[in-house]
Amino acid sequence: MTDPLIEARGVTLAFGETPALRGADVTVGAGEILAVMGPSGSGKSTLLHCLAGILTPDSGEILYEGRRIDRLGEADRSALRRDSFGFVFQFGQLVPELTAEENVALPLLLGGTRRAAALAEARPWFARLGLDGLERRRSGELSGGQAQRVALARGLVSRPRVLFADEPTGALDSLTGEQVMELMVGAAREQGTTVVLVTHEPRVAAYAHREAIVRDGRVTSLSVDRIAS
Amino acid sequence: MYGQLMSVPLTLLGLLEREPSHGYDLKRDYDSLFGRDKPLPYGQVYATLSRLARDGKVVAGEAEPGDGPERKRYVITEAGVTEFETWLAQPVAPEPTLQTVLFTKVVLALMLGRDAGQYLDAQRAAHMQRMRELTELRRTGALLDALLADHGLFRLEADLRWIDLTTARLDAIAEAVRP
Repeated sequence: MTDPLIEARGVTLAFGETPALRGADVTVGAGEILAVMGPSGSGKSTLLHCLAGILTPDSGEILYEGRRIDRLGEADRSALRRDSFGFVFQFGQLVPELTAEENVALPLLLGGTRRAAALAEARPWFARLGLDGLERRRSGELSGGQAQRVALARGLVSRPRVLFADEPTGALDSLTGEQVMELMVGAAREQGTTVVLVTHEPRVAAYAHREAIVRDGRVTSLSVDRIAS
Repeated sequence: MYGQLMSVPLTLLGLLEREPSHGYDLKRDYDSLFGRDKPLPYGQVYATLSRLARDGKVVAGEAEPGDGPERKRYVITEAGVTEFETWLAQPVAPEPTLQTVLFTKVVLALMLGRDAGQYLDAQRAAHMQRMRELTELRRTGALLDALLADHGLFRLEADLRWIDLTTARLDAIAEAVRP
């Protein structure tokens, strides 16, 4: 693995009485595409949210570039997410009032880029992701696959160091899902973006360099080396 | 049973239905289309063609002059076409070979009080590694490579579902198989 970019060390988190993570450890290398797999309710999405600074663990550490981010205040974590991280969720979660290009430009607009410049940054993504001609559509006028590609463009437009993708193909048929994965992995490799990908689908996880399996709130990393031993 | 052994003669019949061909051409086309991992030896090509000729599925023309391997042009017969069409229309028998091996290992491990979960994890890692290789082939290869890769991927995925389900049920299975 390359140098660690993100690490979770002994992370625990409970929702009320229900423990979601019980001492999760995982390391993600710079430029690595890591698939986080596991049964429903195993804690894989919670782990992603902790790694991305959306949730704060009850105990344990989250490090980004060697720096504790679980100790940062909400404003600093929010700035980190905006400046360094991109997100793609299962249901694109586009803003319905905005056009597709405005949705793609949104992270730049929120980061203070002027509108014309943000839209100029957003537009090339439409050709790159096979979305030519859909720039002015609103989310209700896009198919599921188109909306998810717009969401992918939004996740990558600010050239984040890390893209967090939570079941990005979960709402798509398998062919459309494969297309989204092709585009995601292609763009990530091109930009050197690190990807943390939560999925329960082996075919989607197979796009990653390796997988970490979450079971009962803990992480099992499997490597093929172990088979030979 | 139409298994691995039957598919070479039938595949050659299919190639001959396209056009009459020499053994050399059949081998070349078979290898490039179907024999990536395992090219067909010349000996098997000519032995197969001889058997097909003996059974009236193909007829061989006169030997043509020239160097190198035997130069006869083979033509498919009506009986050959019928056999090929019947084979083509018949679904391939599902082959649960792998599940049988995995099933046997899991049951034996549990019966003997060994760590079946660790075995399943190792199998899972091997499956995922193969899926990564096939996904890369699918991304970078030609359309025919991608088709073959897809087939492999779906089969591996089916095994993985079984592995996951079995992993989740290990305690219950252990109770069922222990004396």
